[in-house]
Amino acid sequence: MRSCPGLCYYSAQFFPNYQVHKLALLDANNLTCCKSDRVLFQQLSLSLDVGDILHLQGPNGAGKTSLLRILVGLSQPQSGCVNYQHTSIEQSNDFAQQLIYIGHKPALNPALTAIENLTYWAQMHGVSLLSDIWQILSDLGLAGLEDIPVSQLSAGQQRRVALARLWIKPAKLWVLDEPFTALDVNAIDMVQQKMQRHAQQGGAVILTSHQPVDMMHNIKVLIMEYQWL
Amino acid sequence: MVVSTLNAVFKRELVLAFRQKSELLQPVMFFILVISLFPLGVGPGPETLQKIGPGVIWVAALLSALFGLERIFRDDFADGTLEQQMLSGIPLSLVVLLKVAAHWLVSILPLIVVSPLLSLFLNLTSAMYTALLATLLLGTPLLSLLGAIGVALTVGVRKGSVLLSLMLLPFFVPLLIFATAAVEAAALQLPYNGQLALLGALFLLALALSPVATAYALKVSQN
Repeated sequence: MRSCPGLCYYSAQFFPNYQVHKLALLDANNLTCCKSDRVLFQQLSLSLDVGDILHLQGPNGAGKTSLLRILVGLSQPQSGCVNYQHTSIEQSNDFAQQLIYIGHKPALNPALTAIENLTYWAQMHGVSLLSDIWQILSDLGLAGLEDIPVSQLSAGQQRRVALARLWIKPAKLWVLDEPFTALDVNAIDMVQQKMQRHAQQGGAVILTSHQPVDMMHNIKVLIMEYQWL
Repeated sequence: MVVSTLNAVFKRELVLAFRQKSELLQPVMFFILVISLFPLGVGPGPETLQKIGPGVIWVAALLSALFGLERIFRDDFADGTLEQQMLSGIPLSLVVLLKVAAHWLVSILPLIVVSPLLSLFLNLTSAMYTALLATLLLGTPLLSLLGAIGVALTVGVRKGSVLLSLMLLPFFVPLLIFATAAVEAAALQLPYNGQLALLGALFLLALALSPVATAYALKVSQN
């Protein structure tokens, strides 16, 4: 671990304290992340079981997004490792197939239509082309908007298109960074129900959100906070 | 599965290029404008033009390639498509290779297509033009392949385009020297196989190494 000047100190608290055990779908051991010479978190371990919904909470800059990016393998931690079903995510064969990551950026090209964007994403992720992609979009309240460039949709509609991925790809692990941003109450409700069903059907979800997600009964919370020394 | 995915990548690049026509036209317009201004600027003497012609065409091609280069990864990086691509399990270097190929096809091939007309402006003989065409066909893919590494390294940096030009131009200098040397040899009716072989060797080396280096640079930029 790199030594970092003690400007501020971040710590992660766990409620409840997770133990790595053999059912774990995803587990992270002793992660340390430094950004711009500040320690965002250190010695952070967590474990996610089938059926878990883990809600990361914390103020802006606490390192929630950094943690999610490390968990999916987009960034590398300064120390520590992330395993999917006890295999390192870099070596795991089916991690990519079993993961849906939806980040801050919606991964929608503004010049392409919703259908084109999602079809491309599905092909890239090896999902056989679905004829019911139109149905999914209309269920998400996007009927009639499938064929216009994404740049002409509102922020909330774009977010709905991005979240349509949850309906398209069958995957066990969902990692969602602020999925509810710009969504209206109905859409938030729909996504929360989808997450809950997913967890009940043997999946797992990690999300960050500043909105309360109190609808869910089996939700676990990890609070990341920082303290000034 | 990989083949159909790569097919989708290629198709998407082409669709995007044709949706954003202004960006597609920019390099070729720049190329035509620069070259057609030269006879006005240096005077219409046929011998002068013939002497500077190959160099002018190559420098113009190089600069216009540099302008359009950022397009390879800029949008995909900004909107998050690149993240999704990395998480898809498809080898990133293959995706990179296809993106570079598509980029060459839509922003550099048009330059080569209009080059016969421009070599008429500059009074190149047909032997010189043949040599020029051969160097352009071998050399411009090298521009795209090397450029992709540079773009991948600077895509996460704000105002990366200035850095990109500074970083890439030194690498393009050998290409420029060999290419114009080949055309000069052709003008003197000397064989220019040697220069072409060198360009070909550089191209193959870049083809083998650049996709891997670019994929790695993109991963670093994500970090």
